[in-house]
Amino acid sequence: MNLNATLIIQLVVFLSFVWFTKNFVWPPIVKALDERAKKVADGLAAADKAKADLANAEKRSMEELRSARESAAELRAGAEKQAGKLVEDARAEANRIIAAAREAATTEAGAAAQKAKDALRDQVAALAVAGAERILRREINAQTHADLLSNLKQELS
Amino acid sequence: MASGTELTHAAPTAGEYIAHHLTFLNNSGEMQANLIDFGLYNVDTLFYSIVLGLLTVFLLHRAAAKATSGVPGRFQAAVEILVEMVADQAKGMIHSEESRRFVAPLALTVFVWIFFMNAMDLLPVDLLPRIWEGVYAAAGHDPHHAYMRVVPTADINATMGMSIAVLLLCLYYNVKIKGAGGWFHELISAPFGNHILLAPFNFAMNVIEFLAKTVSHGMRLFGNMFAGELIFMLIALMGGAWTGMNAPSILLAAGHFVAGLSWAIFHILVITLQAFIFMMLTLVYIGQAHDGH
Repeated sequence: MNLNATLIIQLVVFLSFVWFTKNFVWPPIVKALDERAKKVADGLAAADKAKADLANAEKRSMEELRSARESAAELRAGAEKQAGKLVEDARAEANRIIAAAREAATTEAGAAAQKAKDALRDQVAALAVAGAERILRREINAQTHADLLSNLKQELS
Repeated sequence: MASGTELTHAAPTAGEYIAHHLTFLNNSGEMQANLIDFGLYNVDTLFYSIVLGLLTVFLLHRAAAKATSGVPGRFQAAVEILVEMVADQAKGMIHSEESRRFVAPLALTVFVWIFFMNAMDLLPVDLLPRIWEGVYAAAGHDPHHAYMRVVPTADINATMGMSIAVLLLCLYYNVKIKGAGGWFHELISAPFGNHILLAPFNFAMNVIEFLAKTVSHGMRLFGNMFAGELIFMLIALMGGAWTGMNAPSILLAAGHFVAGLSWAIFHILVITLQAFIFMMLTLVYIGQAHDGH
């Protein structure tokens, strides 16, 4: 273990290698490491975000589905109700029409009967007048009367 | 760790073998005589540490050049794991973003480079020295002087060079963060308290602390790697005692295999751990320079 100038030369050599490493080795490696760390962090964050997005989308789609189902049920109930109402209305309308028709028919039939009666009454009156005219024009005899009366009878029946 | 052929021709003693392996190849070509001699430098230590340092920055730069924020390849991922580890440790120790921009790359360099230098211990102890011996002899020199040590971190000059660099950085950050006046005030007022009579003791204590931190920082790595290398050499002596197909030789060779294997496996832990400890202490010391007492 003798000391000599090797010591000083080694000191200088050592510092030269350190200088080289400091300038040409350390910075690029550390830069690459930092960049990779950032990349990995970004990737992980993106993955987390994608996962959250997926969960959100799933939740939203479930909600949409549920609301669609609900609105469909609502729609169906409304439609059924409306259909029921329509049927009910139609039935009521039909009843009303039937009743009106019946009433009209009844009225018409009554009127017709009245009219027929009136006509008959007129005819009877006319016949009676005609009969009376004939009776007045000729001498009334029993026979003739009888004929007339039977005729009248026939016409009246 | 595996070489039994080293001793056959020259037949040095075990002591000579170890001593040969523990001698650095310096610019004088001879073993360093004085404890401290700044006229010399260790060619082998500098060669291997610079080659391994270049390998380190080359590999790291290759990863950096191809780094993308997309899916990483295996090599890129491995380097990124290292960078993340170092960045995390730096974040825990140094609370200044601006300082971290320099200190974190420093820690990365320290860790990878020291790991590679330590890993030279796992090469067979005689492999590179033997090749060098052949080259040296072929060049017409005396092969007995073909010294070569392949583990740069088993050279106290290398480890102390790095720990002193860390000390200089600590001093720099002390001044930068606290200002020259603030730091000086801290030096004379901590740890015993702010009083004029205590100032010399505080100052002495701080100087000792800086010295102790630096010396222990460098010596810890050096000691571990030196001891590891020495044990590989001792293990290699067992196979080196081969004298032919006889019972002691075969037993020693088997011992060489078992001991070498287990020590090498254990050493994988040691080299990694020591590189990590050196890096952590670097961060701790520079972090302390940022914190006021």
